[in-house]
Amino acid sequence: MQTEIIIAGFGGQGVLFAGQLLAYTAMEEGLDVTWYPSYGPEMRGGTANCTVIIADEEIGAPMVSRPTACIAMNLPSLDKYENMVKPDGVLIVDSSMVDRPLKREDIKSVAIPGSKLAEELGNKRMSNMILLGALIANLPAVISLEAFERSLKEHLPERHMHLLEANLTALEKGATFIAV
Amino acid sequence: MTKELLKGNIAFAEAAVRAGVDAYFGYPITPQTEALEYLSHRMPALGRAFVQAESELGAINMVYGAACTGRRTMTSSSSPGVSLMMEGLSYIAGTEIPMVLVDVMRGGPGLGNIAPAQSDYKHIVHGGGHGDYYPIVLAPANIQETIDLTYGAFELAEKYRSIVVILIDGSIGQMMEPAELPPMKPRKKQFPEWATDGCEGRPARFLTSISLDPPKQEITNLRILKRWQEARANEVICKEYFMEDARYAVVGFGTAGRVALSAVRTARAEGIPVGLVRPVSLHPFPEEVMKRLSKTLDGMLVVEMNNGQMLDDVLVYTKESLPISFIGRPGGVIPMAEEIYSSIQQLVNNPPPIGSSPRDRWFAKVCKEKGL
Amino acid sequence: METTLNRNETIVYQRPASFRPAPTHYCPGCTHGIAHRLLAEVVDEMGIRENTIGVASVGCSVFTYHYFNFDFTQAPHGRAPAMATGIKRTLPERFVLTYQGDGDLASIGMGEITGAAARGENITVIFINNAIYGMTGGQMAPTTLPGQKTSSSQDGRDVKTAGYPIRTSEMLATLDGAAYVVRRSLHSPKEIRRAKKAVRMAFETQARGLGFSMVELLSSCPTNWGYEANDALTWIEENMVPYYPLGDFKVHPALADVKI
Repeated sequence: MQTEIIIAGFGGQGVLFAGQLLAYTAMEEGLDVTWYPSYGPEMRGGTANCTVIIADEEIGAPMVSRPTACIAMNLPSLDKYENMVKPDGVLIVDSSMVDRPLKREDIKSVAIPGSKLAEELGNKRMSNMILLGALIANLPAVISLEAFERSLKEHLPERHMHLLEANLTALEKGATFIAV
Repeated sequence: MTKELLKGNIAFAEAAVRAGVDAYFGYPITPQTEALEYLSHRMPALGRAFVQAESELGAINMVYGAACTGRRTMTSSSSPGVSLMMEGLSYIAGTEIPMVLVDVMRGGPGLGNIAPAQSDYKHIVHGGGHGDYYPIVLAPANIQETIDLTYGAFELAEKYRSIVVILIDGSIGQMMEPAELPPMKPRKKQFPEWATDGCEGRPARFLTSISLDPPKQEITNLRILKRWQEARANEVICKEYFMEDARYAVVGFGTAGRVALSAVRTARAEGIPVGLVRPVSLHPFPEEVMKRLSKTLDGMLVVEMNNGQMLDDVLVYTKESLPISFIGRPGGVIPMAEEIYSSIQQLVNNPPPIGSSPRDRWFAKVCKEKGL
Repeated sequence: METTLNRNETIVYQRPASFRPAPTHYCPGCTHGIAHRLLAEVVDEMGIRENTIGVASVGCSVFTYHYFNFDFTQAPHGRAPAMATGIKRTLPERFVLTYQGDGDLASIGMGEITGAAARGENITVIFINNAIYGMTGGQMAPTTLPGQKTSSSQDGRDVKTAGYPIRTSEMLATLDGAAYVVRRSLHSPKEIRRAKKAVRMAFETQARGLGFSMVELLSSCPTNWGYEANDALTWIEENMVPYYPLGDFKVHPALADVKI
């Protein structure tokens, strides 16, 4: 049993950290996990993505051409990954960063105005938490929201601890978006 | 012991610390710089030596100096940086002293790129520097293996008075996986009888790689070969997956090997009796495994992230006595499991003639696909 | 060295304990031997023989380790300061020295010597400047004087194509990490005495942990210059000293009170 998740967006949107939180959660649930980032010469502002593979056996390829799920936090990421998601897979899109409708009919697509909602919750940079909440809620067999919250409390950097409650709220807000 | 989520570059650095490394010298180069950054505070905090050198030339010669004192010494770099280190590596080999190098390979030749590649197989495994010498080369495929092999590398280097290279690629350097770190070893307090660490209470010693008298140099080279023969007999590591009833094997090391694992699983699910052979020690190469498999299997597929560098070694030991195919992705491209799976299908359904060059056939196909 | 004294005899001169009784491989009239001797005497006088590690370089001094009775290593061409750094950082309580010629230090090894000086590496460098590549048979060095004939500048060094000599000491003295950088010469007994004091001062610099120390010694190469031994010394005085002025280019203030 293996689940592959790609999280993609602009550098600075918290793409890599979101993937790390998934990896921590999987590890703490006793699963095998590989977190593999795009890494490039750009330090700021470029595109960023990471692949998180969660499995109950030794993980092979660290990258996949057909992920189970994808979070697209901007238009280039949506354009790149929408067609790659496996049939019956999950696509979570920050619709406040994207100006086109979603195309796939054979996957569970969820469009959430993540950045807008995060701004309403007090910090635009929490859009990654909203989208993660939706991802976890739409992949119920992989990791639970409770397990994720436990690892968020454990691994949110000290300097951001004052935002823990707001992050948890963002996560739960995202989890209410279930694909129909 | 609990697992931690560790990035490859940090993992090997901390594994070296726990193995008792006394001195680290390095120079920034992507994709391994996190190791240098990590050790820049970790080593001084433990009262151990760390220098960010002026170049890889500087770094490897600092390693050379420190290794002469008999203390545990290492550096890490990536392909172009390792090219610069080749001079020092040859001198260190010629002086017959131990050291550990981690090479986090990237796409080349030249400046190439910073993406994962297995571009350095030949220049690491088969020398690189001038002269007859034989580094021990270990190629882990995941974070836990990277830790375990680095942790054991220093003793291995000391046992054979040899260079030990941990050969990984950028993806292993950059990825994070849960892994267990070993306990902190106490630092060595006894030093070898050849160490030039100050001649208090003993005759003075010297260490050099110069030997102007050719017959003497000849003896040195033969002594190096003798140690190597022992390593060749004792230090082979090779992992096998689904090989019990396999009629076919995919052979790949490091990241190419683990991508192949996914392809092998898919093939197994389709009922194809294929397994994976993943050489962990590239040098010594699992010669006997290759010889054995060449006699029992119906076909072999070699997978690499280069133009077929290990392939030549596979061909030597299998004597091309069975159908062998090759698939390579050079230049910093990680192969996808699907393309390896389709090569497995090809091998099984349409086995190539024995003795036909696997590289030539692969290349003809690539040329057609890419319009070269 | 064991010597039996008769009554009324006192030893006024003998081989330093830091020197091995090895026959020299240097050419007649070459000043490497003098430089070696000064180094051995200083190590003896400071009582640091068992606490010193040397790094030989590539060039005529590649076999330097052959002459000294303390631990020695031998570096790739130009890399001695990097090796010395590795040793010193690993064993900071030891005295670490490099012994390098001008081709080694100022050409192929300019990166390593500059890096070491800039880091304030607490090592001592003995820099033999004889304005030529000795071991390979007398080619133009980075220090070869304008117009000087060598086997690779047979009409004399033409600065239009081969550029100018490097005044290494002056250059390194600009670095904040350099604590003691001086130039001396080995062309006369008086200068040799001054040179020995400088070598001692360089080790005193290291003993005090003040940073990088280097003594540049103007030396002769009678064989490759094509002079008799004495004429070679005169050539140093008349040609090298004007281009490479003797003097102190950097002296750490903490050395002001050190009397030698």
